[in-house]
Amino acid sequence: MERKDWNVLLVDDEREFVTTLSERLGLRGIHSRVVFDGESALREVAENPPHLVVLDVMLPGMRGLEVLRGIKAGFPNVKVILLTGHGTTKNGIEGMKLGAFDYMIKPLDIDVLIEKMTEAVGGRR
Amino acid sequence: MRAVATVFKTILRHSFKDLHGSEDILSPERYVSLRRKIVGLMAVVAVVPLLLMAAINYHEYRAALGREIQNPLRILLSKTKNSFELFLAERTSTVSFIASAYPFEELAQEKNLKHIFTVMTQVFDGFVDLGLIDENGVQVSYAGPYPLAGKHYAEQSWFSQVMIRGTYISDVFMGYRHFPHMIIAVRHMDESGKNWVVRATIDTTRFDRLIAAMSLEPDSDAFLLNKEGILQTTSNYYGKVLERLPIPMPTQSYEARLVETQDQRGEDIYLAYSYFPESDFVLMAVKPRGSALKTWYMVKGDLLFIFVLGVMAIFLVVYKMTDLLIQRMRESEERRELAFRQVEHAQKLSSIGRLAAGVAHEINNPLAAINEKAGLMKDLLGLRPDFPDRERFITLADAILKSIRRCRDITHRMLGFARRMDVSYEELDINEVLTDTLSFLDQEAKHRGVTIVRELDESLPRIKSDRGQLQQVFLNILNNALAAVPDDGRIEVKTGEGVPDSLVISFQDNGCGMSQDTLEHVFEPFFTTKKGTGTGLGLSITYGIIKKLGGDIAVTSKQGDGTLFTVYLPKTARKEAAS
Repeated sequence: MERKDWNVLLVDDEREFVTTLSERLGLRGIHSRVVFDGESALREVAENPPHLVVLDVMLPGMRGLEVLRGIKAGFPNVKVILLTGHGTTKNGIEGMKLGAFDYMIKPLDIDVLIEKMTEAVGGRR
Repeated sequence: MRAVATVFKTILRHSFKDLHGSEDILSPERYVSLRRKIVGLMAVVAVVPLLLMAAINYHEYRAALGREIQNPLRILLSKTKNSFELFLAERTSTVSFIASAYPFEELAQEKNLKHIFTVMTQVFDGFVDLGLIDENGVQVSYAGPYPLAGKHYAEQSWFSQVMIRGTYISDVFMGYRHFPHMIIAVRHMDESGKNWVVRATIDTTRFDRLIAAMSLEPDSDAFLLNKEGILQTTSNYYGKVLERLPIPMPTQSYEARLVETQDQRGEDIYLAYSYFPESDFVLMAVKPRGSALKTWYMVKGDLLFIFVLGVMAIFLVVYKMTDLLIQRMRESEERRELAFRQVEHAQKLSSIGRLAAGVAHEINNPLAAINEKAGLMKDLLGLRPDFPDRERFITLADAILKSIRRCRDITHRMLGFARRMDVSYEELDINEVLTDTLSFLDQEAKHRGVTIVRELDESLPRIKSDRGQLQQVFLNILNNALAAVPDDGRIEVKTGEGVPDSLVISFQDNGCGMSQDTLEHVFEPFFTTKKGTGTGLGLSITYGIIKKLGGDIAVTSKQGDGTLFTVYLPKTARKEAAS
């Protein structure tokens, strides 16, 4: 699948971060939608199931891992990459157990992110 | 009883009050004073009854032993006195019998008297002569070895006494005969009212035989005296016959009696005596108390020996037990204190960890935003080749991104520190852990001009261990090394493989080193040379961690030359260590 056909959803409450990230991905030919909380994310996924969700673990209200659980319950084929600002690998490992594709620690290197996204969408793992 | 118990309790509480005192101060003086008190109290409690018992025993035994010695002496004296009385009574009866059995005329004939005397000496020994004296005091007839016939006795006191009392027993005297003798005289009166006196002389050497029959010990003495204290028989130690006894006469008693007194030489003696009721005699026996109590002194010596031995044993046992007790107490107090400090330390680290994690997280989010913004800036610049000062802006964006990476490294390291709290085994590259830890100290080392030389064996296998704990171990050792070296000092860190199946990490510094004494205590908790600033826990915790990880730690040091710490880690984590 070509990059431009990817359907990506970015979920993070850090608006400045997530909108900029979306723009940068766009510059690299990846179209992405952006939501700022867990509820919207679930709604968005239900309306238009994406190929890939990049999900921050620390969200206000609904916690990232719950969102992950919700996505995986309804749409097990949707790949999820977790983002965390917290250094503990605990959240990451838990997320992997819940079916996340991978996790990354902020701040991100965009090239590494795209690499992982490619892997996820390509389904090589 | 209640009062005693209360007093005792008060003493105990008073003695041990330092036990409940300031608990954080593990001063040796406190233990010394505590030990002294316990030893003192226990010794007093144990020794006082012993002392009391020994004293009571001493007196009881002494009294019993005294009685044991006195009674036989008294009985012997009593018996001998009876023998004397019997002897005298026999002689008196014999003389009395002669006086009454024969009429005066018959006795007056010397032939008859000599015959009677011969018969008499055959039956009774001790008679020397026999004489008949008429009422005027004239010796009428005489049988014996001396020419005494016709001698006048009227003037002599014994004659008047016998005329009045009927019987007379004299004291011992020398007389003309020049050997100790005594006389027994008996008066008889016939029907016509005529009086005469029969007088016999008795050799008193017989007395010596009676005394010899007592078979006394050589240091003892027995003798007969009259009531004035004139010796009637020769004594071994108190003078010859007719001499005066050098000891004052005891009070009159017809029963055998015993007194403790001193003789003229100042020697302690038992003096047994008895007055004769029928005559003027007193029988005495003397036994020196020293010899009598010889066994007692022996017993006393034994008693003292046992007492001293007992007291010594008590002290020894009390001391040893107290020592053990104090040691246990000290150990347990130290253990408690150590556990307390370790918890405190762990809590402190844990708080720092949480704080670090929180800060790191809070910074990471805005950092991520900056990262994206700067990234976007660079992206946009890349799309616009005609942008004025494009190169300059790209350089600026790169500088921002570089700074962000530095910040990220810092926050990640802080998060790594936080992770340390969770004991978790993972596959590790020891070199990486070491480099990581060294990065914490690089700044300080650089600042002080300390060279840290790394000789890391790149071919080291990865091992399963706990990153956080190892970092703490390395940090502790390196911190100590940094404290020990002077400015411009040198620290060498080496890694390598050891036998069997272990990794060896060594830390050599050229610092001040340690004395042998310090070296011996270096892993003990609360042992510190940094008076006031150190907790004395660093190396103790280090040691504990290494042991927990299944490894070992060794230290060699020479004062002035530096210190070498060597850490050994197993290549394969032990089962119990991994739990």
